[in-house]
Amino acid sequence: MDIGIVELSRLQFALTAMYHFLFVPLTLGLSIIVAIMETVYVMTNRPIWRQMTKFWGTLFGINFVLGVATGITMEFQFGMNWSYYSHYVGDIFGAPLAIEGLMAFFLEATFVGLFFFGWDKLSKVQHLVVAWLVAIGSNLSALWILIANGWMQNPVGAQFNPMTMRMEMTDFYEVLFNEVAQAKFVHTVSAGYVTAAVFVIGVSAWYLLKDRHHALARRSITVAAAFGLASAFSVVLLGDESGYSATHSQKMKLAAIEAMWETEPAPAPFTAFGFPDQQARETHFAVHIPYAMGLIGTRSLTTEIPGIKELVEQAENRIRSGLVAYDALMTVRQQRDATPPEIMKTFEDHSHDLGFAFLLKKYVDDPRTATEAQIKMAANDTVPHVWPLFWAFRIMVALGFGFIATMAYFFYRASFRGMRYPRWALTVAVFMIPAPWIAAEMGWFVAEFGRQPWTVDGVLPTALSASALSVTELLITILGFVAFYTVLFIIEMGLMLKYIRKGPYMDVAETDDWIKARQEALNPSGLRPAPTAIPAE
Amino acid sequence: MILHELLSYEFLRVVWWLLLGVLLIGFAVTDGFDMGVGALIPFVGKTDVERRVAINTVGPVWEGNQVWFILGGGAIFAAWPPLYAVSFSGFYLAMFVVLAAFIVRPVAFKYRSKRDDASWRNAWDWALFASGAVPALLFGVAVGNVIQGVPFHFTDDLHSIYEGAWYTKFIGLLDPFSLLAGVVSLTMLLMHGAVWLTVKAEGTVQARARAIGSVAALAAVFAYAAAGLWLAYGIEGFRIVGEYATNGPSNPLHFEVERTASWLTAYQDRPWIAVAPALGLGCGLLTFLGLRAGREVSTLIFSKLSILGVIASVGLTMFPFIMPSSSDPKSSLTVWNSSSSHLTLFIMLVCTVIFMPIILAYTTWVYKVLWGKVTENDVTEHSHSVY
Repeated sequence: MDIGIVELSRLQFALTAMYHFLFVPLTLGLSIIVAIMETVYVMTNRPIWRQMTKFWGTLFGINFVLGVATGITMEFQFGMNWSYYSHYVGDIFGAPLAIEGLMAFFLEATFVGLFFFGWDKLSKVQHLVVAWLVAIGSNLSALWILIANGWMQNPVGAQFNPMTMRMEMTDFYEVLFNEVAQAKFVHTVSAGYVTAAVFVIGVSAWYLLKDRHHALARRSITVAAAFGLASAFSVVLLGDESGYSATHSQKMKLAAIEAMWETEPAPAPFTAFGFPDQQARETHFAVHIPYAMGLIGTRSLTTEIPGIKELVEQAENRIRSGLVAYDALMTVRQQRDATPPEIMKTFEDHSHDLGFAFLLKKYVDDPRTATEAQIKMAANDTVPHVWPLFWAFRIMVALGFGFIATMAYFFYRASFRGMRYPRWALTVAVFMIPAPWIAAEMGWFVAEFGRQPWTVDGVLPTALSASALSVTELLITILGFVAFYTVLFIIEMGLMLKYIRKGPYMDVAETDDWIKARQEALNPSGLRPAPTAIPAE
Repeated sequence: MILHELLSYEFLRVVWWLLLGVLLIGFAVTDGFDMGVGALIPFVGKTDVERRVAINTVGPVWEGNQVWFILGGGAIFAAWPPLYAVSFSGFYLAMFVVLAAFIVRPVAFKYRSKRDDASWRNAWDWALFASGAVPALLFGVAVGNVIQGVPFHFTDDLHSIYEGAWYTKFIGLLDPFSLLAGVVSLTMLLMHGAVWLTVKAEGTVQARARAIGSVAALAAVFAYAAAGLWLAYGIEGFRIVGEYATNGPSNPLHFEVERTASWLTAYQDRPWIAVAPALGLGCGLLTFLGLRAGREVSTLIFSKLSILGVIASVGLTMFPFIMPSSSDPKSSLTVWNSSSSHLTLFIMLVCTVIFMPIILAYTTWVYKVLWGKVTENDVTEHSHSVY
């Protein structure tokens, strides 16, 4: 397989997936925030909450449509660009994707139309149910795609079938309750909730700074801060859970993130800062926090975490074992049911290392003819590029703690300081809007780039997974997607900003009357000023 | 897990072949009218309000309908992985065009009326036209290619290789028979979209849709009949030869396949399948008559049945072939050698049996809530909340 094709296919997948994930987190979180607001409306019957539902619902809709549109690419791209991958693991990977369609996509897509068009056609409670179904549908789709992705990280419940030359499912339950998938799901949806909370707080803060829409903005901040605080804790805790599960499922990724070249005596220190050097296999100017890595990774003081050098040696052994499997497979492939039982047994004993033999396909057509030097090179290939992972991970974690602090602050001001916010805090909130997107993209980068050189960890190398396309075809589609997505992005941002600037525009008269009446009720004598969201400083 | 052995592998394969048909038909009869309406917008609506009426007849439902397309992709991946791998990588650039259309369409629906600017709206209207008409044509072209066999082969490792340089891969799809098949699907979906408009709209939009729809219905019937004759006398078929197992491992290379004079032998072996083309033609004509007579709901049903007949006729004629290979017939994908494993097919069937009725139930409820005509008044009065 031509390496240029593989690299271009990876580039296209990375571009389209990361672009898709610009819209997904906001959909995940904003769908729930909107449903919460509508719940308050139905419970209290106050028009302001309906206006909030419709206003944030409009922004949700602008974002949602691009999430849906760019998701279509993802559903078909595996077949278009990764046809060998699709053949090789479709038996396992396809199932959660199809279930995602059945269980989640239909739900969210069928009801999202009714959410926007059904205000006059449904009772209040019916419309509320519709809002929640959209939110549940969106979140369920994240569950299934992360079960699929979790399997790529930790391929459980499956086995290679030499008759069909592919992986086949042996235990659906294991695929479903894959520990990596479960931790990833909660981590990812929480990240979406934080994104939406930061977005809602940021936009509301801008209104307060501009002295507009106080009633809407301060209520929105209160909802978003409470929701965001819980989510920010969740995203960090479940990120930690992902790290813990990576300790036994993806040792190489963990070692690369930590730039842990040597196996350290337990409990290993955590490298907070440094400059990893792939060539020299060491980290310059490293700042260590004693014990921290051992505690995070193993939750014990005595379990060792293997370093990169040790893992490369293990990979070399697995390549040799994989070669035995590959040799036996060639016989099985030819003789099928007539294969002598001892060769079948040899194959079965070594088939779990078959993927490591495939690493050699990058260098030779028949892995059995590989030289010692090529085996060493292939073993070295199992180390991902360390420094981008090291830094992307640290940026993500730092932002994660930043979100906890921000949410805690706004929650405190909303709950105990009469919803008054100093100007500097509002300004920070506005500038913070892009931060959760950066954190989310960094997170995906760590998860996917850190899995290299594999598409399915230990099972199928990326270099083997791509379709037999030509460079021209790939260039056409990459340029096409870039041009096309850029235009869509500009249009989307334009509309988003237009509707944010415009502010709430539905049910205006009714809501304003209610706000006026309520302020008079709260402040009948005019002696004590009613609580407002005017910045305190 | 032993539970899945309750249903034989052979049975599950046939069920999943049927479900593949159900998905394609579900897609064509739901999202099909969205594509048809999209392609008709510049012609049924001359003023902005008229066009908005047309758009809003599908406004609340296109999103759910489009899921049939996405689910189709997911289900083919899960149940027929080799088909998913070979077809989408083989039709690479054509798929890219289809994807582009399916990405533009949601955006066009959603964003068109968000700015009060004539050139902005006009541009999106043409985007809706292209994103409806182009995939409608290309789906038929793809089917035309599949019927004739597609030039691909498998290596011993089951890497699929599609023959030809990139431009022949793309331009090569557009042979005369496949283009005729494309005309069938395009006119069929235009007919379906027009029928939907007669049900959901009134006044001038309805009248124009009725006029265009009856032309499209007639064209669809003639194009389909012509394609049928061509298929009978001008296109070679395929058949599996030698001993083969219908419950064996899914490996195409374990089969021997040869060309036959015509696909039509299927109608000698299984005469009852003639029901499908008869349904396609008959209901196509009834749709034409229904449109002329000004009948609404019954015409919609005929239009749906016609689409069902046309799609079913392709599947039934080719059975057990799903995607034959013209350059290396033994690489052909059939029902017996390109499915998922026994266990996966079983699990997916359980999921489908649970969720499909739920989906149909709530989709029906949503359509019921939204039942009734979209009027010019609706569009102007709720200018903020509708498309």
